[in-house]
Amino acid sequence: MGEGGRLREGVRTYLMIAGMWVRSTMAYRASFAMTTFGNFAATFFDFVAIMLMFSRVDMLAGWTLPEVAFLYGLSGTAFGLADLVIGSMERLGRRVRDGTLDTLLVRPAPVLAQVAADQFALRRLGRVTQGALVLGWAVSRLDVDWTLPKLLLMPVAVLSGCGIFCAVFVTGAAFQFLAQDAAEVQNAFTYGGTTLLQYPPSVFAKELVRGVTFVLPLAFVNWLPASWILGRPYPLDLPDWLAFTPPLVAVGCCALAGLAWRAGLRSYRSTGS
Amino acid sequence: MGAGRLYVAVAVGGFRRYATYRAATAAGVFTNTVFGLILVSTYRALWDERPHLGGWDQSQVVTYVWLGQAFLSTLAIGGGGVEGELMERIRTGDVAIDLYRPADLQLWWLAADLGRGFFQFLGRGLVPFVFGALCFPVYLPADAGTWLAFLVAVLLAMLVGFGIRYLLALSAFWLLDGTGVTQISWLAGYFCSGMLLPLNVFPGALGEVVRALPWSALLQAPAEILLDDADPFGTYLFQGAWAVLLLGAGRLLQSAATRRVVVQGG
Repeated sequence: MGEGGRLREGVRTYLMIAGMWVRSTMAYRASFAMTTFGNFAATFFDFVAIMLMFSRVDMLAGWTLPEVAFLYGLSGTAFGLADLVIGSMERLGRRVRDGTLDTLLVRPAPVLAQVAADQFALRRLGRVTQGALVLGWAVSRLDVDWTLPKLLLMPVAVLSGCGIFCAVFVTGAAFQFLAQDAAEVQNAFTYGGTTLLQYPPSVFAKELVRGVTFVLPLAFVNWLPASWILGRPYPLDLPDWLAFTPPLVAVGCCALAGLAWRAGLRSYRSTGS
Repeated sequence: MGAGRLYVAVAVGGFRRYATYRAATAAGVFTNTVFGLILVSTYRALWDERPHLGGWDQSQVVTYVWLGQAFLSTLAIGGGGVEGELMERIRTGDVAIDLYRPADLQLWWLAADLGRGFFQFLGRGLVPFVFGALCFPVYLPADAGTWLAFLVAVLLAMLVGFGIRYLLALSAFWLLDGTGVTQISWLAGYFCSGMLLPLNVFPGALGEVVRALPWSALLQAPAEILLDDADPFGTYLFQGAWAVLLLGAGRLLQSAATRRVVVQGG
């Protein structure tokens, strides 16, 4: 079976397992509605904190509230989508620890697809909705000359951002084969990453901005495209065309994450009981 | 064995239990430090726009950030203390075993939670705080008395924190499933304790309201003592009043629960 065949097989497996979890969730509709709302509210309070900040100041490091909301919306939606699609992978450490990963290894389906779809939680739509609402509000308030490239760059940035965060989740899961108990380190990059991106790059020290631009390329989720759309100078002296490269960065990240996943899976030795 | 020694043994057990997972502790320290770095940058930008916002200067708010990261797991502000385990025991019916032990249910779990809190204060809290103090210009009181007063406030904060979470855990006697309550308490904990934004920055009436709620006894109250921004005795009175009220309510609810509710599991 070629690479294309394996990919199709993986997607088919993923959709089957995810669909099963959705049906099981829908058996308790009230609980689903409440947890989705809870998911929405949990991230909403993040944004309330930002609004409270702006009740005391007009600008944060030179950015206005709609501009910060634009950053927040792009990052929140991209991260929310990644969390919906693949967020269950952060629980891989538990399966490694208790050895239940063995069950997935003996099934005739790609392990990555099984782990990603495991306990698929539709309630995470709450986070996506919240991010999208903030993004919509920001776009309605921004004073930007919308041109076709600017309008098109927005969905491209959200989807590429989702790809970049998916790569972070997969790399984090691969790391859990080694780390086991230290699974929480991953949160620093996933939840920490999206929190970082909610604020303007000019807030942070240059070394940190360099790190998230060149080493862990989170800046391509929203900082670079948003800086170009809003006409804001980026703290590092970079060419404008980089704002259009998030799709390439996302593909590159996913390829590297795939390699990390293979290396991690190969090092798995079960619990040995 | 005297009653006092029993609860000390439970607390020591709680301490040692959490001390077992060293890799998890190191991971938590790392994550807290990263979040601390992000928050310090955003708050410094905020204080650059409005110096002396909320009556603090930049060095004071930097101390506040690292204190928050140190307290997050110590006081289980977003949950993650012993209440999750107690809820599960109520749901499965194992709580029946706890009830016929010759020990008081509330004191038993309080001792376990204090043991957990002390470990997380030393194991998870101290390192990010020292890191922050070494890498950033922080405000630290020169007077040893202030440090001592601060530690007393931390102890009171632990009592208030447990008081809130014990009430939540007992709700499982009626609700059985604690997911919703846990989620709400996580939200309230983050927002009302000042983890998302210091409470003295909240505008107007909202600020007044959140400062009167018990969550402000967790992070804001000890922080204000360490930052020389509050009178210790007034703060103790506020924290102590909430501790008595919450623990008393917990006791009432406990007796109602054990009298009226049929324990699960046959």
